[in-house]
Amino acid sequence: MKFAFYPGCVSRGGCPELYVAANLVCDKLGIELEEMPGASCTGAGVLQEKNRLLGDVLNARTFAMAEKIGSPIMTICSTCQGVMAQARYRMSQDSDYLAEVNSHLADEGLHYSGDIEIKHLLWVLIEDYGLDKLLPLITKPLKGIRLSPFYGCYIVRPSVELQTDDNPERKVALETLIEALGAVLVDFDGKTKCCGFPILTINPKNSMSMVAKHTSDVKELGADAMVTPCPLCHLNLDGFQPKAAAQAGRSIDMPIIHLPQMLGMAMGISPKELGMKRHIVSTSKLEVKLQKA
Amino acid sequence: MDSSREDVLIMNVTLKIKRFDPDGSSTQSYWEEFAVDVLDNATVLDALIQVREENDGTLSLRCSCRSAICGSCAMRINGQGSLACKTPASDAMIDGVITVEPAGNMPVVKDLVTNFDVFWDKIYQVTPYLLPEGPEPEAEYIASNESMLHLSGVTACIMCGACVSDCTVLEVDPSFLGPAALAKAYRFTADPRDGNENGVSTQRLKDLGDKSGMWDCTRCMACVTACPKGVAPMDRIMALREQAMDAGFTNNNGARHAQAFVDLIGHGGSLDELKLPVKTVGVFNIPALLSYVPVGIRSLRRGKLPSIFHKKIYEVEKVTHLVKKLEKANKN
Repeated sequence: MKFAFYPGCVSRGGCPELYVAANLVCDKLGIELEEMPGASCTGAGVLQEKNRLLGDVLNARTFAMAEKIGSPIMTICSTCQGVMAQARYRMSQDSDYLAEVNSHLADEGLHYSGDIEIKHLLWVLIEDYGLDKLLPLITKPLKGIRLSPFYGCYIVRPSVELQTDDNPERKVALETLIEALGAVLVDFDGKTKCCGFPILTINPKNSMSMVAKHTSDVKELGADAMVTPCPLCHLNLDGFQPKAAAQAGRSIDMPIIHLPQMLGMAMGISPKELGMKRHIVSTSKLEVKLQKA
Repeated sequence: MDSSREDVLIMNVTLKIKRFDPDGSSTQSYWEEFAVDVLDNATVLDALIQVREENDGTLSLRCSCRSAICGSCAMRINGQGSLACKTPASDAMIDGVITVEPAGNMPVVKDLVTNFDVFWDKIYQVTPYLLPEGPEPEAEYIASNESMLHLSGVTACIMCGACVSDCTVLEVDPSFLGPAALAKAYRFTADPRDGNENGVSTQRLKDLGDKSGMWDCTRCMACVTACPKGVAPMDRIMALREQAMDAGFTNNNGARHAQAFVDLIGHGGSLDELKLPVKTVGVFNIPALLSYVPVGIRSLRRGKLPSIFHKKIYEVEKVTHLVKKLEKANKN
């Protein structure tokens, strides 16, 4: 099983532990990843506010590189997944637009066919790898660990572009995986809401209110940690949690773990190797509980 | 329950309804379940009305046209803002159960009825009528067919409040103008009859860029999903931002943020996370920059502060070329 790997900017910047954990886990699963060193940022939906065509051309450029490799794209970022899926959809719906985009790629001899498959690791695990093949590799089930899912907006909306209606398992993929790994699912309403990261520098007060609300909600429900497939959500929910807690005037201390870290723990990889020491909110209590699991 | 169809099927559905009665014995909302038999083509609204008629006459809800025209019956169905009359009960059932709550982000009056004052207050705040500038034309204002067809996508709004119900910003900040009012504002900023002789609504765009306006949207798309009429409020908010930047309103964090993305990707191909906040808040905005210092120190201690020497992607000049070329084309 091979993918053209698109790790995204944040997993090589503000959340380096995600990049490490994803590679470790995929290596152990036998998922071959070939990176595209010339692939650019997706634009995160922000660049698209200024210049949508530019965003689509940059993403089509990445799609063309993946087509050269001959494999679908795999990402480890909900935001990258969503932005690429939206670009892919726009080009799939309008052949003239696709031709316009390709006319710009021709400058460097690239061409995008219009039919790339883009999948987050979360979907790959459920749809391509399959739980049947995955479960025998779970050597350390997360028994008794209480985990809340937090998806990141761009992997749940909009449904047409993400093809979630055609693939309903995507809507509950995180919950499915949490339970499959032996953990206790602590479900909560906020799991598909915004983490606040997109407005972190624009309206920090609202951004911090979102962080405080989600992390406090799962704390009240007795979660040991939140799991997210989105490094941008991780940056806000983990990195800015102390600031959010200060704004809310309460202590929260809710560990936020990346999807491949959750999987890695269940596969017996040590928290240290998975980069848990790099988190801002300490995962030590979670690790103690994990040892007893 | 009645049907002229001969092949009609009956299905059993359990409605789990969030109830609230300000005059009741409990001041708290509570869940109540009702099992009813409905036609296989029943909507959630049909099922609710059946509950009211057959099980509990005190159940309060709003409805009128039953045809997704009047916008009265917006509520949360399985946690999602929706029109009850447009949602087939068979589609909404999860293991035989449909969960129904009042619309969010508005005070509940009773059961599924919410107080829409906050919704209308925001609509009024965007001055929801045309404001043409300059001398009046001798005959009528002329608007192209194309522009009116474009606007029909926004005027399709039936003011049901489903988008407001699910807005993730309103949940933490009731002062936010919200998706319905901002989409309504776009209905005027995109109207060639509004604003100056070029159809640019300068004052509106300036006002909408203030605090609690267009730049506070997180782009979470909850409103796009909730809207039953395809208005896609968030897409209109993004269009407002583009209009505002085109009109020269670029001295704000939102506009600088968008420009920073273009510049940083054009420079390095990937995002330089250290430069992004600096470019967004402005290099001379010392208080804002200082507010990031504690986070920076924590990240440094944990070995996860991005390098100050940002690594460019392989053959970045190819991305730089595309950014320059398409930015130039975009400005013309």
